[in-house]
Amino acid sequence: MKRRLQLFLPLAIFLGLCLMFYVALFRENPGELPSALLDQPLPAFERSTVKNPDRTVTREHLLGEVALINVWASWCPACRVEHPYLVDLANKGVPIYGVNYKDDQPEARKWLKTLHDPYRFSINDESGSLGIDLGVYGAPETYLIDHQGVIRYKHVGIVDANVWKNDLEPRFSHLQKIARKAQANNHEGEVK
Amino acid sequence: MIKRLTSRLIILLSMVLFTGTTYGVIDSYQFSTPEQEQRFFELTNELRCPKCQNQTIGDSNAPIAQDLRREVHRLLNEGADNQTVVDFMLARYGDFVLYKPRVSGLNLVLWLGPLLLLLVGLVVLVVVVRRHKAAVTESVQAAPDGHNAEEALLDQKLNRFLTDHLSTHSSEDHKTDGKE
Repeated sequence: MKRRLQLFLPLAIFLGLCLMFYVALFRENPGELPSALLDQPLPAFERSTVKNPDRTVTREHLLGEVALINVWASWCPACRVEHPYLVDLANKGVPIYGVNYKDDQPEARKWLKTLHDPYRFSINDESGSLGIDLGVYGAPETYLIDHQGVIRYKHVGIVDANVWKNDLEPRFSHLQKIARKAQANNHEGEVK
Repeated sequence: MIKRLTSRLIILLSMVLFTGTTYGVIDSYQFSTPEQEQRFFELTNELRCPKCQNQTIGDSNAPIAQDLRREVHRLLNEGADNQTVVDFMLARYGDFVLYKPRVSGLNLVLWLGPLLLLLVGLVVLVVVVRRHKAAVTESVQAAPDGHNAEEALLDQKLNRFLTDHLSTHSSEDHKTDGKE
């Protein structure tokens, strides 16, 4: 009996390999890279915003709330596709910050005016160097940060209802729970 | 005729073989020393473009590759050594940016895996050869004088037949003797 089972060993190995290759071949996004910045704090920066070149924003402006950071540009067709959904999310009360990545500033302002502005503010990253610090390699990309400004998730590509429901929303509400707990503890500490 | 052909062949071969490294993209970066320039080309040909995944950042014209070349140039100008530049890229884009993977962490499986498989193969080979050898000596020991079992049986039968036959003959002889 044992011998007979041994005979099936090569077949089992072969089927295992088939499964592995199949999974690797038909991954959903074969070009997608895991972010090197997961669970890392947001890099520091000091930039102006798209709408107000005189305003200076830094990393600290993004802290305190669980939020999305959306990398966008007016030259990016996929950004136009996801834009209406971002407007929806913003209307639902999800805090979204924009990183305007390697874009022409007048074009970017026109975009925000005509297509609505879902962003609390959009960081002007004309040179793309903030993008490099974030590990951006294309637009659109969307980061999920927690209330302390730690990057918890990165989605490459369009954010739509599906992505939000399956990938982003569960993590978003989980992080919000943690943030609320931390806030409550802080309050207790202050009262005492 | 043949001479001309060979000289043409030599020219063709030298054109193909002695081209040296060519760089896909030409930027107008200023370098303080030729050594720094050399390092720039080394690094940009070792780092992989995150967007265009089968090209180095030195090879690609993608905007992200241009930006990364600019960063490499900036870091070199600030006096960074090669490792600093590589670490800079690693921190942002992960192991993926290296065309020459590091020997650490999960990568160890890739580095040592083939060696391990080779060792397993050798062990299996040794075991199989040993078993085979043992089986052969066993069958040889079963028939010590080089005969196999079948031959031994035949010998036995022949011996019995001969002794039986001889003894009957002798008794018959004896009988006839008695009659006479």
